[in-house]
Amino acid sequence: MEPIVILGNGISGITAARHIRKKSNKRIIIISAETDHFFSRTALMYIYMGHMKYEHTKPYEDSFWDKNRLELKRGFVSALQADIKTLLFSNGETLSYDKLILAVGSKSNKFGWPGQDLKGVQGLYSYQDLEKLEIHAPNNSICRRAVVVGGGLIGIELAEMLSSRNIPVTFLVRESSFWNGVLPSGESEMINRHIQKHGIDLRLSSNLREIVSDKEGKVESVIIDKTDEEIRCDFVGLTAGVTPNIDFLKNSGLDLGRGIKVNRFLETNLPDVYAIGDCAEQLEPTGNRRPIEAVWYTGRMMGETVAQTVCGNRTAYQPGHWFNSAKFFDIEYQTYGWVFSEKVKDASEIHFHWKHVDDTKCLTVATHKETGKFLGINTFGIRMRHEVMDRWLTEQRSTDYVMTHLAEANFDPEFYRTFEKQILTSYHKQFQTASL
Amino acid sequence: MSTFSRDMSLTGGPPKSLNPYQRLGTIIGFVGLFIIVLAGFNVTFPHKVFWLSLSLIATTAGILLFTWASYRNQPEGIKNHGVWFKSISGRGFWAWIAGLSLTGFYVVLYFFPQFLGLVAEGDHTGVIAFFDPLSRALSGNPASQWFVYGTLYTVAILAFGVKFIWKYRHNRYEKLRTLSVMFFQTAFAFLIPELMARLNSDTFSLPYYDLKNIWPLNYYNFEQYRVDSFISSGEIGLAFLIFGLISIFIITPILTYKYGKRWYCSWVCGCGGLAETAGDSFRQLSDKRLSAWKIERWVIHSVLVFVVVMTTAVVATYLGNDPDKYWLTKDIFLLGVGLVLTLVFMLIWVFKRKELQKDARYGAIGYFVILLFLLGLHYFSGSKLFLFEAETLRKSYGFLIGAIFSGVIGTGFYPIFGNRVWCRFGCPMAAILGLQQRLLSRFRITTNGGQCISCGNCSTYCEMGIDVRSYAQKGENIVRSSCVGCGICAAVCPRGVLKLENGPLKGRLDSKDILLGNDVDLMQLLNNH
Repeated sequence: MEPIVILGNGISGITAARHIRKKSNKRIIIISAETDHFFSRTALMYIYMGHMKYEHTKPYEDSFWDKNRLELKRGFVSALQADIKTLLFSNGETLSYDKLILAVGSKSNKFGWPGQDLKGVQGLYSYQDLEKLEIHAPNNSICRRAVVVGGGLIGIELAEMLSSRNIPVTFLVRESSFWNGVLPSGESEMINRHIQKHGIDLRLSSNLREIVSDKEGKVESVIIDKTDEEIRCDFVGLTAGVTPNIDFLKNSGLDLGRGIKVNRFLETNLPDVYAIGDCAEQLEPTGNRRPIEAVWYTGRMMGETVAQTVCGNRTAYQPGHWFNSAKFFDIEYQTYGWVFSEKVKDASEIHFHWKHVDDTKCLTVATHKETGKFLGINTFGIRMRHEVMDRWLTEQRSTDYVMTHLAEANFDPEFYRTFEKQILTSYHKQFQTASL
Repeated sequence: MSTFSRDMSLTGGPPKSLNPYQRLGTIIGFVGLFIIVLAGFNVTFPHKVFWLSLSLIATTAGILLFTWASYRNQPEGIKNHGVWFKSISGRGFWAWIAGLSLTGFYVVLYFFPQFLGLVAEGDHTGVIAFFDPLSRALSGNPASQWFVYGTLYTVAILAFGVKFIWKYRHNRYEKLRTLSVMFFQTAFAFLIPELMARLNSDTFSLPYYDLKNIWPLNYYNFEQYRVDSFISSGEIGLAFLIFGLISIFIITPILTYKYGKRWYCSWVCGCGGLAETAGDSFRQLSDKRLSAWKIERWVIHSVLVFVVVMTTAVVATYLGNDPDKYWLTKDIFLLGVGLVLTLVFMLIWVFKRKELQKDARYGAIGYFVILLFLLGLHYFSGSKLFLFEAETLRKSYGFLIGAIFSGVIGTGFYPIFGNRVWCRFGCPMAAILGLQQRLLSRFRITTNGGQCISCGNCSTYCEMGIDVRSYAQKGENIVRSSCVGCGICAAVCPRGVLKLENGPLKGRLDSKDILLGNDVDLMQLLNNH
């Protein structure tokens, strides 16, 4: 019997492997071009900042893989020959599979900027990116200024990383306010101020036009669109989003869009080939979720689901209520349910926004205008209990109920100041004209 | 494979050097310590009060200046930049220097106090004499090496406590907890016993008693000379003795039930106090390996057995045999010990044995049978209780555990092995509290499991070497006997996944294969199998 081959050793692939092993004795081979062992990509920033070492980012001790008979193979797959169920490696090797799970992740977007392939210009996604970063931006003598292009989650993390080494950072954000395609204005603007408080040179409504090279093919400066401003720098971080890493699958016979197209069972158009995680493009996304979910926990969930299918219990990927989290410098962010920014939200969605005077904590609650139903919440600087939020969404509570019982959802450490009273007061003030 | 160093520690210059004010603070601090070293070489200071004050103030001021220089321009939040790059916190050169110096100090303190100026007959000299002014101001007595130790220990907790509070000023749990240990150290471990010594006279002699130091951590509290002193010091003495017993049998079990062992280990204990304040820079050095955990379980419970055996033998030695003189005779005491051990063993076996690993069950049975056997052997055949002289047991425990393990290794090795080696591998009190925390307490660390991104900050910064991440990424509550409830894992978590809290016993030890957020049917299928 040929093995189950998993291409990619990130959270998606590894979760699939673990659950397949829990359910069966099939031979499992995990292939990666990036590292020998599974590590948490989300922790790359902490390695650079000196909070952790690489070995700390590995969720499982190295002995875990042999102990659980999960074979690890380091290599770069250059092509998929699905008709003969074989993978072709760049060094000429081949590997046959019984079932194949593609969990190849993402790559950083490059939108055709001149100079985007120069030395000192890179994205931040892989371990190799971290190594390159260490060469080109190890301190503020070698890197006198860095420019980060793209105002999103990875961009703000890269800005934090660089500033931890006292490297001056200019942050180019295309939007008029940080991440305001996702965040409502109150919180987006609070984050703008927070970024600046950390000494970052934040440039809103600024687009990159060109990256200029020096005589040795290394970045020397960037030029901003429309203003023609030239900013001298020694490093450029391209953090304008990610895209499924599927170039090598172009001639495989797989149905490809931006990602690998999959049905609700995470099956591709080719028999015995599945795709999960960042690289999967769902033909039927659930609810408001996007077709491509490049988020840590959805990859994990897809791994859990596809493992069932691969072991004979065909299961559809059915994510529950949307949730997510991030950290913007010192401000933690959590979201439960759906809160859309003003730019994209429906007319039936109304927002209640509250911000603490110290400008480090705020929340936005989305409500359905007609029914008063609680749609979702963004919380900054105040931790919420996932279980409670999830239950309220399932029970389809009203926002009135949520606001009144908000203390039940508090997940801050003990003795922390609580703000539910002032939030509720503010809520009543804002909606006092609305009849109950 | 990449040609670059995996741990990034050899690269050019992430900011690990000190800024000018940090340097100044370091210099001032070391000047303060240097004055004490000079006193050790019997340099005569003309105005003793001035120079002693100067050295202690300089040491404190140096630490505070360093703190101000470190955190003043930074917004509130977790401050772990460069922890693994810096020499002192990343097992570098300065860590080894600090470790060797601390270890050396402990060796001198315990085994060569003459180098601190201890003189067998007559007035002390050197460092001990240098601290006379302060000692006389408090207790009226000349200083001893233990007074020197106590003063430096208290100064360390206070000054580094301020540093810790400043570093975690955004986190009220950390601030309150640190204020608590600062209070308990200053008041209970230092000032109260010193001031109470003033009550002593020829007719009234209270032993030096740190009221928060509970048996079995305070392994010498029931030695003959102390019990005699308690009893002969009127009502206060008797109250102290009873308080010592109440601490063990009433206060501790109740508080541990309600709050877990953190009430002691992170809010009261002096060892914990130093570990959390001065030892804060070293918490990430704890051994994370699974093998370390396996060793830990065996070593710490063996120390517990050792201290029970030792204390039983020591007390039995000085108890009388005549029930008319005093109701607590040796036989009644041994019978009591046997009963208590049997009761505890039986209760755990009947109600909780399913929660013990196989090797834990065998170990418990083994130790229990051996202890009962030895007790029985002594009772029926008159052989020496526990086969050794009580004095041998007492001396070897004091040497091996009290001095070497707890002092030299426990604190001296901070910069190399982390700040809780004693607490994790040796403290018998931790073993008892941990057992209760694990089997019968309302404490847990709840996890917002769905949000966990497996970054590993929690496991890295857990000073007890608990793999917190492995629980968080499974959405499983963390209920571990070694968890001291310092709260740092929750503080460093970037996604708000962890929360220390007390709650109902039911469902405390849950385990989920599929986390919240995934398919409800799948969750039910796999979580309730």
